[in-house]
Amino acid sequence: MFTILDKEKISAEVFKMEVLAPNIARERKAGQFVILQQGGDFAERIPLTIADANPEKGSITIVFQAVGEATHELATLEVGQSIANVLGPLGQPTHIEKFGKVLCVGGGVGVAPMHPIAQAMKQAGNELKIIIGARNKELILLEKEMRAMADELIICTDDGSYGRKALVTEPLKELCESWKPDLVVAIGPPIMMKFCTATTRPLQIPTVVSLNTIMIDGTGMCGGCRVSINGETKFVCVDGPEFDAFAVDWDNLLLRLGTFRSEEQEAHHRCHIGLKINEGEA
Amino acid sequence: MSHTSREQLDLEAQDLLKTYGAKKLTVKERLAIPGQEMPAQIPSERVNNMQEVALGYTEAQVKVEALRCLQCKNAPCIKGCPVQIDIPLFIAKAAEGDYAGSVAVIKENSLLPAICGRVCPQESQCQLTCTVGKSLKSIDKAVNIGRIERFVADWESESKQRSTPLIAAPTGKKIGVVGSGPASMTVAADVRRAGHDVVMFEALHKTGGVLVYGIPEFRLPKRIVKEEFDTLLAMGVKIERNFLVGRTAKLADLMEREGFDAIFLGTGAGLPRFLHIEGENLVGVFSANEYLTRSNLMRAYDRNRAGTPLYNSRKVAVFGGGNVAMDAARTARRLGAEEVTIVYRRTEAEMPARREEVAHAKEEGIKFLFLHAPLQILGDEKGRVHQVKLITCRLGDPDDSGRRSPIEIPGSEALYDYDTVIVAIGNDSNPLIKQTTEGLDVNRWGNIIVDEKTCKTSLEGVYAGGDIVLGAATVILAMGQGRQAAKAINEYLAGMGESD
Repeated sequence: MFTILDKEKISAEVFKMEVLAPNIARERKAGQFVILQQGGDFAERIPLTIADANPEKGSITIVFQAVGEATHELATLEVGQSIANVLGPLGQPTHIEKFGKVLCVGGGVGVAPMHPIAQAMKQAGNELKIIIGARNKELILLEKEMRAMADELIICTDDGSYGRKALVTEPLKELCESWKPDLVVAIGPPIMMKFCTATTRPLQIPTVVSLNTIMIDGTGMCGGCRVSINGETKFVCVDGPEFDAFAVDWDNLLLRLGTFRSEEQEAHHRCHIGLKINEGEA
Repeated sequence: MSHTSREQLDLEAQDLLKTYGAKKLTVKERLAIPGQEMPAQIPSERVNNMQEVALGYTEAQVKVEALRCLQCKNAPCIKGCPVQIDIPLFIAKAAEGDYAGSVAVIKENSLLPAICGRVCPQESQCQLTCTVGKSLKSIDKAVNIGRIERFVADWESESKQRSTPLIAAPTGKKIGVVGSGPASMTVAADVRRAGHDVVMFEALHKTGGVLVYGIPEFRLPKRIVKEEFDTLLAMGVKIERNFLVGRTAKLADLMEREGFDAIFLGTGAGLPRFLHIEGENLVGVFSANEYLTRSNLMRAYDRNRAGTPLYNSRKVAVFGGGNVAMDAARTARRLGAEEVTIVYRRTEAEMPARREEVAHAKEEGIKFLFLHAPLQILGDEKGRVHQVKLITCRLGDPDDSGRRSPIEIPGSEALYDYDTVIVAIGNDSNPLIKQTTEGLDVNRWGNIIVDEKTCKTSLEGVYAGGDIVLGAATVILAMGQGRQAAKAINEYLAGMGESD
């Protein structure tokens, strides 16, 4: 059973959970993800990146934003309860080596999956700088953890309520020009990753992104997660989730993410009533 | 199209029984008995539900159909059966009304008669070689072996005659079965019967493999698959869901760290093939695997209760001509599409789908566009499918598969309006186990290479069967390989001696 060992509400819609999953905790490497399903015939399967793991304790940590029906329901589970199904670790681990200077950029809940990657990059002996961004101060995740490992941490908020009032692409561009990193790792909302790519491409700084697409089984069977990489179809679940940012067809990716948008918006509204989230709070 | 109700078919069969039932029949008389039609839901009703289309023979029908069998001494039907079921014997027992005896005969060779009776392509196996069909010069007039099989299997289940097989004394040996589709189900049962501990590993949250995520409820009700798993559980087979071998644990870890003495790989054909044409990643293009998994495994057809969404389609094109294409097309119809067209590059004669499925699809208003091949999928300004460019083909010489290959006719391209495309042109093998297992030999298509008789792989104690070995095959072939592998595993473990 995948028992919830710890739960923390980070902001109105963002939750952090530590879940008992010894097999996954033992095998997982930075960059990999899990798929959750909450039992029964009707619950959706949802992919979530693993934010942290403790092999001794046999636990993994997930951080998620309640954006759909399934994530809202997940958020209603409390410590001691369990998640019926957790499959993983899935996907290819991040390629970690000593690149020299690595710049990690995380946006929104993308900061959570970036955490183990940044950690591994640091351990591999890289110089590490980190930029994290969110809509407002409330939504800034893992600041303490990031500050502890980064040689420099830059925080941005859209509304200026904390750190710099800027999009992450602003300090990204500056650091690319002044610090000249050997590798940029960008994880966050697809639109953020698209613009990070547009920032680093003209400067020819190798950039890796982690994609979170529509997915059902997560083992290569459904093909719903396919993306166009240098014109070739790849599956995020087995070939990814990380890809060379310059090879990704961002426009196609953004379109495909919207496949079920109208159906999902309707469901999201229903969920908010269940979670007692007020309009405008999230 | 005319539709005869189950009640009417039953009355007709009862009349025939009065004529033929009580006497010893000559060959001529047997050949004169009309083949029994499969009772089915009315097409106009069934396109609005997910319930099983074929309702199954009545008792009178099964007796009449069984009387059509000539009990040929040379039994060509047995040679046509991939697992060599003693078909004349099980039919003879059905004719006598000894259904328990009949199903026992089948179970000597096939573990899953309720499933195979429904999904086997009988017209290209046992019924292809049937003497009755040959004598009457039509494959459609062969004895309906599959329908009799289904009847006796369902009778066993409905009359609660099923008993849990006897399990030999514990051997202390532990076998891992990877995947939970038909090949794995068979291995689990046969190996467990020999007294070994069996743990089945399934990646998804539900067991049954393709029987559950792929084949729709209207063709194979999930309760039938569930019954098979209830039996496996009653036998003491342990099931680990959410376990992807290669990721959750590597095969070598299972053998070395977890102490498994042997492993069977029945992971299926897991990677949907695409055509590699322009527009294939537009919104509204789905692999049949995805489309069917949404509807079957995730129950998305139940829109009010399911969390998994479905794409709203009006005009659907399905590329392919196999069972999966039929399943996808008929599912789309049930999910509310106004028009569904199967686009196939050869003709009806070359279609690999079961005849009954093609007939059912036609009754349900599915359109067929033969001798057409897709060249390009075109999207609107929002990147959603709105047209497909097709080219007309003609048939050329037979290819490697023995079927005449389609040749595109230059200049015959035309645009057709569709808002959804479902690609059902088969699967490639999933590379995960190969990538994570040193020393496991695969062929150039990624299928695991096994010994033909024992299903043993290049690794000691590791066996494989089903689609991961055969490519896209059938339930019965997967099951047949499972049987072979289980026998070899049992022999291998016996040879290892007592474990401590």
